[in-house]
Amino acid sequence: MTTASQSEFILETIHVTKQFGGLTAVKDLSIQVPRKSIYSVIGPNGAGKTTFFNCITGFYKVTEGDILLDGESIVGLRPDIIVKKGISRTYQNIRLFQNLTALENVMVGHHPRMKAGWFGAVFNTPGTRREEAEARKLAMELLEFVGLKGYEYELATNLPYGQQRRLEIARALASEPKLLLLDEPTAGMNPSETEEMTNFIDNLRKDLGITVLLIEHDMRVVMTISDIITVLDYGQKIAEGKPEEVRANPRVIEAYLGRGAVTEQETQAA
Amino acid sequence: MDKELKFTWKDMLKYGVIAGVVAIYVILVGMVEAFNERYIIAETINLGQIALFSPVFLLAYFAANNARKIKSSLFAIITSIVVGLIGGAFVAGLLVLGTHMNLRAVFLNVSPELLDILHLGQEGMAGAIAANLIISATVGLLGGLFALMPHKWSNALLVGLSLVLLMGILQELMTITFGNKDWYKPIGEFIYAKKGLSWGGTALFLVLGIVLNLWRSSDKLRPGKKVAKLPRQQQMAVQIVAMLLGLAILLALPKFLGSYPSEILTTVGIYIIMGLGLNIVVGFAGLLDLGYVAFFAIGAYTVGILTTTGKLATVEWNFWMALPVAIFLAMMAGVLLGIPVLKMRGDYLAIVTLGFGEIIRVVVLSDWLKPYIGGAQGILQIPKPKIGNFVFKGPQQIYFLVLAGIIIVGYIAWRLRDARVGRAWKAMREDEDVAEAMGIHLVSTKLLAFATGAAFAGLAGAIFAAKLGSIFPHSFNLIVSINVLSLIIVGGIGSLPGVIVGALILVGLPELLREFADFRMLFYGALLVAMMLVKPEGFVPEKTHARELSEKEPFSSEIEPEAPARETI
Ligand SMILES: Nc1ncnc2c1ncn2[C@@H]1O[C@H](COP(=O)(O)OP(=O)(O)O)[C@@H](O)[C@H]1O
Ligand SMILES: [Mg+2]
Repeated sequence: MTTASQSEFILETIHVTKQFGGLTAVKDLSIQVPRKSIYSVIGPNGAGKTTFFNCITGFYKVTEGDILLDGESIVGLRPDIIVKKGISRTYQNIRLFQNLTALENVMVGHHPRMKAGWFGAVFNTPGTRREEAEARKLAMELLEFVGLKGYEYELATNLPYGQQRRLEIARALASEPKLLLLDEPTAGMNPSETEEMTNFIDNLRKDLGITVLLIEHDMRVVMTISDIITVLDYGQKIAEGKPEEVRANPRVIEAYLGRGAVTEQETQAA
Repeated sequence: MDKELKFTWKDMLKYGVIAGVVAIYVILVGMVEAFNERYIIAETINLGQIALFSPVFLLAYFAANNARKIKSSLFAIITSIVVGLIGGAFVAGLLVLGTHMNLRAVFLNVSPELLDILHLGQEGMAGAIAANLIISATVGLLGGLFALMPHKWSNALLVGLSLVLLMGILQELMTITFGNKDWYKPIGEFIYAKKGLSWGGTALFLVLGIVLNLWRSSDKLRPGKKVAKLPRQQQMAVQIVAMLLGLAILLALPKFLGSYPSEILTTVGIYIIMGLGLNIVVGFAGLLDLGYVAFFAIGAYTVGILTTTGKLATVEWNFWMALPVAIFLAMMAGVLLGIPVLKMRGDYLAIVTLGFGEIIRVVVLSDWLKPYIGGAQGILQIPKPKIGNFVFKGPQQIYFLVLAGIIIVGYIAWRLRDARVGRAWKAMREDEDVAEAMGIHLVSTKLLAFATGAAFAGLAGAIFAAKLGSIFPHSFNLIVSINVLSLIIVGGIGSLPGVIVGALILVGLPELLREFADFRMLFYGALLVAMMLVKPEGFVPEKTHARELSEKEPFSSEIEPEAPARETI
């Protein structure tokens, strides 16, 4: 479905800067995300990772710089247009439609790929019926894919935390994205849930052929599944490369990993 | 909420004092006296007494409910009796005070008649005080027992008691409507005494209510369950037959009921149409619109101006030509109001729309437009709609117009609810930013909600103008918006059947109780507060829809066998 494109990168950000008043949350950030890769952005709290996501999805207007999706600038477009172009996301603090069912949540995710309007709905035209049935089927499949079969008619708010995370991913997948942005998908999970989620993200690429741009704080997750890692500190890129390169980078150890690096090495050894 | 799991004597006292204060309030605003002649059961229990003792009953119920969870059942029973005693003491205190002092200088309603009522049939003061305490304690005990009952039974009992209350209130209407029908006479003689239900009638409706409720809530016996087990074709057949039957009853209703009840039903129906419209704006899309009456007014005035044959006559169209124009103009007004408030949420939106409603009313009243729309004198001589030789002249005919309106509007709302558009509205209601990130165009989705809701109100206004034959600005004040919003909340925000139930309770019931007129707003306020505390999801919550779905759908034959996982890209 992806249009033939000249660029080998699905997403490129070029000198992106985002300021809030005097505060520069993201500074001069350029990254290049290869197709079908898992690309991670890490960094301490407040480094500007979520802000960077918000710039890509159009929720924030960038102060400077450009963002290209398949070589085409998406800066200044509204969020609903950007998701149509193939970028969808999840949120660090889960933001489901709480009082809708799991199925409805996923079907809302498919909204940009549907056409039916007011008249189609009221007169229940064959086109609308077909589209609705297809959307329903797709949503059911996605729910099964994320392991929520049997919870279709449960209200989102009634699902346990881990399932809410997966429901959010199913909702994001329903828009049939080329690029999926996951903002700390393992936040608040225990080790076994985290491992499950790690495998799940790995499978996303294998099964669906999607590119994943990942924000993660859990080093084990990042080190196991990432192809490329960018490290942010105070909104700036301080390192970039393969997991082992980043791990070895003294600036990263100093600026970000700090004490964590020691525990990290210990777990590797274990 | 559960900061302290304690229930002490102090809490007991608190509930008792609240019960007493509320009871005194009910007395002082004049409710007890006003309702005193409205007998519910056999010249013994009247609505005034019910108003007097319901605060004690409710608070004893709440107190016992809390006490039971934290301590024993016995403690709960004692609590409820104490609450009753304290409540009764307050009322007795008012009685003593009113007898010895001239309270009337401040509280107009403390008349000799009222004090007489508070004596509860006892001659001397000592007897009256004792009667107040004993009866109040008994009512409190009943409230306590209610709290201790299994939920299923207290629910059923509540339905039974509500049915008794309703049938008692309906006595006058039943007599007016069916009094001279032969088939009704024996029935009427059995269920009603001279004033209120007979004891036999009371028992009948109490049992009927209980049985119906138990039957409905029992899983095995529920009619829907049996139908769900039938093959798909037969299910459809059952549904169609049920629908045709319902329609037949609805069509026969005005002829059967006569003029006055039909009048009430048309009024309720017009509110149902508006409720269904506002339900889209507030219930589905989550946009709090307090100026909804404006669109109702635009619909009514459009029909008035275009069809009137009186002094202000313009084109003298017939109703059917004016109707689409009325709906269209209301819809355009909905969009026009929508544009400036696109960026507003919650309270700000409510205030701006409130202003819009007032602007329309002021414009309608203005001298500036008086030559065209009559100012305070309104528009007179609006002809009745006709189809061929059938004239929608009185309430019994207008009823069909309203019914058709409800069916069309209800169908549209029902179709939209579960379609892409409805999902977009609901998503926007839940979280606007995320909805946008999921590809929902906020501007068009919001405007669509405003336009649809306004169009429904335009239709309601058009029918309203045709029903009355004349329209005046004072019919279009803020109260209409508040009524419609309240009925949605009472019925259950976002729920379609809830709109009907809400309209019947908030619009239909007050029409039946003339004494009620003075307390209408008080009743609304109390009901809304009570709903927020006890049943915030409304009488017919929207969620049941989701739950009902979850009971049936995964097992119904509609779902096809699993297809192989599909590539989503
Ligand atoms: N809407 C906003 N207005 C002002 N400051 C913001 C806003 N959003 C984020 N920030 C600031 O930007 C910085 C980066 O935040 P964020 O992107 O959430 O960090 P991270 O996701 O890496 O933890 C923080 O200092 C935060 O306070
Ligand atoms: Mg963050």
